[in-house]
Amino acid sequence: MSENLIDIYIMGEFHRVPDSLTILQALEYAGYRLIRGVGCRGGFCGACATVYRVAGDYHLKFALACQTKVVPNMQLAMLPFFPAHLPRYQLSELKGAPQEVLDLYPEMLRCYGCNTCTKSCPQDIDVLGYVSAILRGEIPAVADISFDCIMCGLCVSRCPAELVKHHAALLCRRIYGSKLAPRSPHLTKITQEIRSGRFTDEITRLKKLDREKLQELYAARDIEPEE
Amino acid sequence: MSYPSSLQELVSKITRSRDLRLKQNFPRLKVEEKETLLKNFHPDYRDDTFNRLTIGPNTGDRTPKELALLLEADSLLQPTDINLNSPEFECDVLVIGGGGAGCAAAITADDLNARVILCTKLRLGDANTMMAQGGIQAADKDNDSPTIHYLDIIGGGHFANVPELVEALVSDAPLAIEWLESLGVIFDKNPDGSMKTIHGGGTSRKRMHTCRDYTGAEIMRNLRDEVKSRPEIKILEFCPAVELLTTPTGEISGAVLLNLNLNRFFVIRAKSVIIATGGSGRLHYQGFPTSNHYGATGDGLILAYRAGAKLVFIDTMQYHPTGVAYPQQIVGQLVTEKVRSLGAQLLNINGEQFIFPLETRDVVASAIIRECAENRGIKTPAGIWGVWLDTPMIEILRGPGTIKKELPAMVRQFTRFGIEIDKEPILVYPTLHYQNGGVVIDPYCQTNIPYLLVAGEASGGVHGRNRLMGNSLLDVIVFGRRAGVKAVELANHRQSQPQLTLDHLERWRRQLRERGITSQIRSPLLIPDYTRKTTGTEA
Repeated sequence: MSENLIDIYIMGEFHRVPDSLTILQALEYAGYRLIRGVGCRGGFCGACATVYRVAGDYHLKFALACQTKVVPNMQLAMLPFFPAHLPRYQLSELKGAPQEVLDLYPEMLRCYGCNTCTKSCPQDIDVLGYVSAILRGEIPAVADISFDCIMCGLCVSRCPAELVKHHAALLCRRIYGSKLAPRSPHLTKITQEIRSGRFTDEITRLKKLDREKLQELYAARDIEPEE
Repeated sequence: MSYPSSLQELVSKITRSRDLRLKQNFPRLKVEEKETLLKNFHPDYRDDTFNRLTIGPNTGDRTPKELALLLEADSLLQPTDINLNSPEFECDVLVIGGGGAGCAAAITADDLNARVILCTKLRLGDANTMMAQGGIQAADKDNDSPTIHYLDIIGGGHFANVPELVEALVSDAPLAIEWLESLGVIFDKNPDGSMKTIHGGGTSRKRMHTCRDYTGAEIMRNLRDEVKSRPEIKILEFCPAVELLTTPTGEISGAVLLNLNLNRFFVIRAKSVIIATGGSGRLHYQGFPTSNHYGATGDGLILAYRAGAKLVFIDTMQYHPTGVAYPQQIVGQLVTEKVRSLGAQLLNINGEQFIFPLETRDVVASAIIRECAENRGIKTPAGIWGVWLDTPMIEILRGPGTIKKELPAMVRQFTRFGIEIDKEPILVYPTLHYQNGGVVIDPYCQTNIPYLLVAGEASGGVHGRNRLMGNSLLDVIVFGRRAGVKAVELANHRQSQPQLTLDHLERWRRQLRERGITSQIRSPLLIPDYTRKTTGTEA
């Protein structure tokens, strides 16, 4: 790592850290052995949602600590947990009607379109876009727009209308995947065949083969062409 | 252009050779060529990085030094820390681990009306499952079958796989996809509903099912929500298990957990216990960076081993060929194999291909290590070696916009550091990715210790000495569900309150003394220590 040091403030505490580090690495460099605020370290899990300001700029900024480099004079704090209710539902008992989403998350109707959620999303998801789709009852659109959500909850923390939108979007995706997406006929066919034991004998024969014979079969596989 | 000037010149060399390479099919290696390459360059063959275990069921077995240290260590627990006469919770099935395998097991056990507790070290869903991008295999197309899948797996694993486990994996695979869909997982599909499937390294059919490049995340968030939506499953977050509990005859009867928030030990009595704690990439074998989750410290192996469970294939790790080598902030993070499935080629400093891009992972990783060892790699300004992965080829082969649509996570990952992967190639080097071995299990996830089951990456045998892409997500679902079923069956046939002792730990400590092992190390590790490190090997 380069030894160009910069000043940052972790929850108000001054630290001098190399400028090449991510926020997460800077916390560790400063001596934090984290239990909260750290997860996959690869931008997938939403554990390290972080808010910060930079000296001289009143704007509040949002980031994943594992995916964002430190900048000079940043004041930062992690939001490893943010209260967000999760209504009880059994997916299998839902029909997949748009109204069900609003019944479970009636506060969605409180959205007044300020777009703060979109501005706070570290994934650059059009959060307001999918909230609007929820209100219009367009579950497939919600599933599509919100698909890359890592559920860090920053949008929830900033919402003046107090919407728990990332949970509502998850419900929409689950409804879409289980009830609305077109079914795969080949999947239905093969699961029936497997349940009827169609491949049992074939596999039993393979299991009994010695290494040499298996090697032979492996080398002779025909490989499905790319196009 | 985001690369420093020293690298930009090399990038233009790649651009210039693209037309030629479009027409070029690099040949696959023969079996003997693969074996030579592996022996010469795969990290599993570096003997000086292994020790022989001197204690426990695998005494004499070759084991990575970092893991051996923890396997031969003493417990975190002192007898005065807990009172075994007053367990805090009682349950039928205790699931240790909140990733893909743990959640699949908990849901399945709950379906069978068992009293389930799921404890996990960090948050529910904090696991390698969340990070798996590339896909999940299942032979569900008309030109494919579980039998063909079986052959791909066993060849990829160098014919060392346990046949019964492979049989379970391939036979349950389409059922696993069906189950995941019923939970809401959104797979990439064609308009007629058929699955969009692609090749992975070592597959002979296109059977990789994907959810953009968030496949694992999509699976994990559905499983997590399903677990949370079931009122009967008790979830304990930030509560890793630190020791198993046994009866005087050595059967498993529960576990001691540590509440990390309160720094307090407590006891759970369980009629059966499922270990689903995942892998150990965060032990950084041989100093490699890792693509693994922060929590991947091999805790379950330690617990099971001390209780007498046998391990297998613990001397083989999977180094994913394409970890990030530049920029240094994300070194070691995964560049999904899907990139090569979509057509990106691997190139050395001269802009030449040196390996068929979809050989199995161990072979591709070894080839990259060879290129760098023989000075045909590219050295970054931070002193890290890598080779090119020519991502813009994907746009040429499959049309502009493909990358943005198929690899949104990766686009984000690199854009954050100023690299446009649809226009510029990226630099990669193998990263520690997967623990091929683990606790020995039967097809129902039972170990040699009564009432102890293991599922997912913590188990060993199904993948032999090398796992194929897309078979790990499959593994956690298939064996997670199998473990759930079996654990309930075992619990239902057991007396209500098995005795709680730490007899096995006393025996273990006696053996440590007898062998003269006086290590100050305590295990499991639980949390990696990256404080005050500036080497940049841990993204």
